[in-house]
Amino acid sequence: MSAISAAEKVDGFTRKSVRKAQKQRKSPSSSQYRTQIAPVELSSLPQLKDAPSTEQQELFTQKLQQCCMLFDFLDSVTDLKNKEIKRATLNELVDYVSTNRGVLVESAYPEITTMISTNIFRTLAPSDNPDFDPEEDEPTLEASWPHIQLVYEFLLRFLENPDFQPSIAKRYIDQKFVLQLLELFDSEDPRERDFLKTILHRIYGKFLGLRAFIRKQINNIFLRFIYETEHFNGVAELLEILGSIINGFALPLKAEHKQFLMKVLIPLHTAKGLALFHAQLAYCVVQFLEKDPTLTEPVIRGLLKFWPKTCSQKEVMFLGEIEEILDVIEPTQFKKIQEPMFKQISKCVANPHFQVAERALYFWNNEYILSLIEENIDKVLPIMFCSLYRISKEHWNPTIVALVYNVLKTLMEMNCTLFDELTSSYKSDRQREKKKEQERDDLWRKLDELKLSNSTLEQNNSHKLLSVQNNNKNSNNNNRGSQ
Amino acid sequence: MAGADGDDSLYPIAVLIDELRNEDVQLRLNSIKKLSTIALALGVERTRTELLPFLTDTIYDEDEVLLALAEQLGNFTMLVGGPEYVHCLLPPLESLATVEETVVRDKAVESLRKISQEHSPVDLEVHFEPLVKRLSCGDWFTSRTSACGLFSVCYPRVSSTVKAEIRQHFRTLCSDDTPMVRRAAASKLGEFARVLELDYVRSDIISLFTALASDEQDSVRLLAVEACVSIATLLPQEDLETLVMPTLRQAAEDKSWRVRYMVADKFSELQKAVGPEITKNDLVPAFQNLLKDCEAEVRAAAANKVKEFCENLPEDNREQIIMTHILPCVKELVSDTNQHVKSALALVIMGLSAILGKDNTIEHLLPLFLAQLKDECPEVRLNIISNLDCVNEVIGIRQLSQSLLPAIVELAEDAKWRVRLAIIEYMPLLAGQLGVEFFDEKLNTLCMAWLIDHVYAIREAATCNLMKLVERFGAEWAQNTIVPKVLGMANDPNYLHRMTTLFCINALSEACGQDITTKQMLPVVLKMSNDQVANVRFNVAKSLQKIGPILDGSTLRDEVKPVLEKLATDTDMDVKYFAQEAISVLPWHK
Repeated sequence: MSAISAAEKVDGFTRKSVRKAQKQRKSPSSSQYRTQIAPVELSSLPQLKDAPSTEQQELFTQKLQQCCMLFDFLDSVTDLKNKEIKRATLNELVDYVSTNRGVLVESAYPEITTMISTNIFRTLAPSDNPDFDPEEDEPTLEASWPHIQLVYEFLLRFLENPDFQPSIAKRYIDQKFVLQLLELFDSEDPRERDFLKTILHRIYGKFLGLRAFIRKQINNIFLRFIYETEHFNGVAELLEILGSIINGFALPLKAEHKQFLMKVLIPLHTAKGLALFHAQLAYCVVQFLEKDPTLTEPVIRGLLKFWPKTCSQKEVMFLGEIEEILDVIEPTQFKKIQEPMFKQISKCVANPHFQVAERALYFWNNEYILSLIEENIDKVLPIMFCSLYRISKEHWNPTIVALVYNVLKTLMEMNCTLFDELTSSYKSDRQREKKKEQERDDLWRKLDELKLSNSTLEQNNSHKLLSVQNNNKNSNNNNRGSQ
Repeated sequence: MAGADGDDSLYPIAVLIDELRNEDVQLRLNSIKKLSTIALALGVERTRTELLPFLTDTIYDEDEVLLALAEQLGNFTMLVGGPEYVHCLLPPLESLATVEETVVRDKAVESLRKISQEHSPVDLEVHFEPLVKRLSCGDWFTSRTSACGLFSVCYPRVSSTVKAEIRQHFRTLCSDDTPMVRRAAASKLGEFARVLELDYVRSDIISLFTALASDEQDSVRLLAVEACVSIATLLPQEDLETLVMPTLRQAAEDKSWRVRYMVADKFSELQKAVGPEITKNDLVPAFQNLLKDCEAEVRAAAANKVKEFCENLPEDNREQIIMTHILPCVKELVSDTNQHVKSALALVIMGLSAILGKDNTIEHLLPLFLAQLKDECPEVRLNIISNLDCVNEVIGIRQLSQSLLPAIVELAEDAKWRVRLAIIEYMPLLAGQLGVEFFDEKLNTLCMAWLIDHVYAIREAATCNLMKLVERFGAEWAQNTIVPKVLGMANDPNYLHRMTTLFCINALSEACGQDITTKQMLPVVLKMSNDQVANVRFNVAKSLQKIGPILDGSTLRDEVKPVLEKLATDTDMDVKYFAQEAISVLPWHK
């Protein structure tokens, strides 16, 4: 961010190694900012279980207040005694709320939520590694984890206590609380995100009044992730929660939910780090389609619109998702979407990257998909034929060629007559295509000439246009191979 | 001018539209990028009545195509018939301003802003302003986000009733439910404030600014910091204390480091905007805190501003403020735990010497420079060395030379070639400041050692460095110190080193002049034409082509030509090629 990595300026090639070196030196991060003045000594209070029941409540409150004291974990040598007292107290508190009945009296709620908020709500520190790559780099762990973990544990036990009363708690666990909780999902520490996931799920389950708000805020987080920052560590965890939320949606689906699918989940596929949450995302999408099959067409069209153009790894993921969708597709929906979809599949089959081609060809191992293709062979075969035929002769990878032969054989068995027709017209079709391309070139050449003769009419654009045309020529050439 | 009226027989719109609809995205993209050509072929009338409606209605496409379209339409005014008809472009741009993809939307807004200038005041109210209103009331956040960027372009040119409406819409968006919209509004707040009447800045903008600056999301709050600069600039000094400073103080101590970072990053602008009095009372302590911030990001951003901040302090007690308030923080930053902080500081710290003068520099700054010159991080050392000129003017470089030399030597031998490359680039500068004697004594060996570095980029840079040194110290110096060493390498057993000789000659011949080139360099080059390595031989041909123009006509004909002719019959293809090229290029008849 701020300090452009010094190493990068000096030596772009050794970034990895420099990063590694940094990592060895770095201390785990924590991010409390000027939270408190000089720490006071904590005194060891008597154990809750030893106290007479009349005093337990008072002692419980005292202990909660004691746990509001925060410590600097970046400095691992100071305050050891106090840190230990707080740790032991937190442990005791966790134990207390999970094993005892009748401890959650109304007056305890504000004390409990204050203790939790003070400990966990904080601005996350800037990442040690400005270009943190979650797929490759080790995450920075939260320094104060020894305490924070117990606070999360406590929160969870609090929510799960049989005496827990949402009607009282909603005064404290409110929109602001949830908003701050959601921001923490950006934590680099996977242990923290895991706790948050379970906790948010519990809150969603217990506080009906917060549900719409939680969904909306998750929406906002995703939209910011997609269109603004491209950075948020907790996407997978949030999607996981959503997966089970979607599962519980009532039918017919509300417009709000459909909008979420089309305007948030589908665009999420464009993210650079898709690999980190694709499984969860695909699960959510399929959940939607199982609820409401009529969404199949727009969903597949959406995926086709965002189909990766340069990233083969993502293309493989997209193909995986398409297969998951096809596994649950209704035959009527299949008919609606087969043309554009198989046009894309046909491009994938011809992809020079063998993993992409292979993934697409694996569709033909899927019994259900095969039955759908067979049913619609007159539509599918003409789309697929050209790519398959060409690839069977041209692909560099022998495995792919072998797979293609099998697929061609399967298709031929489905409709032998059509297959023969297509084979015999293959050459003339190619020639017709070439001729069409020639005509297009001619058209544009004529238009360009016209433009030149009109150049006086249009002084300001001409320079730009010329360069655009050059670019077009280049990109045309580059593309021809993959078409 | 057949095209201006549209020639139906040649270019029926159906064909063109077919192109825009082509199944292949790349072809669609190409067509869109040549949209102006299509419009030209159709003529203004049909562009307005057929092409634009088509674009408005049927474009649902890939973002890349939409981006191209949004850009094209910004330059379409003449193609629809000039400013009189420019409003025809609004419908397609309006729908583009509502799409999801940020780049498309931003481009559409950019085009809208552009064509807004081409609207007459009447058209602006009749066509443009309603569009802004529609966008700002859109259902989905995207259109409201886009609207934020359009208020300021139409506000100055509409009637006062419409102005009031625009202010109202902007106010609504500033408290929008969606943080994306609030961010968009916050980022345009400064721009909008600039076109508002001062009274409305006081009444409207300040309350919006205060609200955005205490938004629940730090991403909104930090954008308010940016707006703060514009707002503070607009307001008279006496209003600042009450209207702006409470918010600014709060931002400088925000619990989110992103907001504090923004304050640090904009510190110089803020300082100028609030003026010297407030700077003295408020910004100095705030700056101290930022320099001591717990997050390295914030410290680095603040460290970056140290020089500018000090420079802009009011002159009457600048020195006192720096010495008592800023310098102690700077001293601590020199030994910061984070290397980004240290290198940000190293980039500007030398600039303080001019502000503090000779005595203070020697007493207080010099120890810091020296400490940074010994820093473990090469970036820090490089940053100090790259700014030596600032100190040179104040105290002379000699004060530093004791420590400078080990630092340079260490960088010169750094294991990373990019570090070596960076220090080579400062050599001419250093040579100029240290003087020829010091150079000959201490640095010359380094410069020669780089010539045999095992990385080509270093050898290349070293060659170029020699050329710059000769330009500085003159041909005579070259003849005595470097030319013999360079020519000596022609007999090196390693062919890469022999080639380096040739590269040096290429670089040096012009600076050294005809005499040295003819008498000392040429014989070596000619001799090397018999080298057993083909790469050396074809580089001889290239070198001869390079130095040929410097030689006189007879040398060229008598000595160079026979050698090139011989090389032109070489067994190696490349040698032949370059020899022939040299023969065809050189000025044989001069």
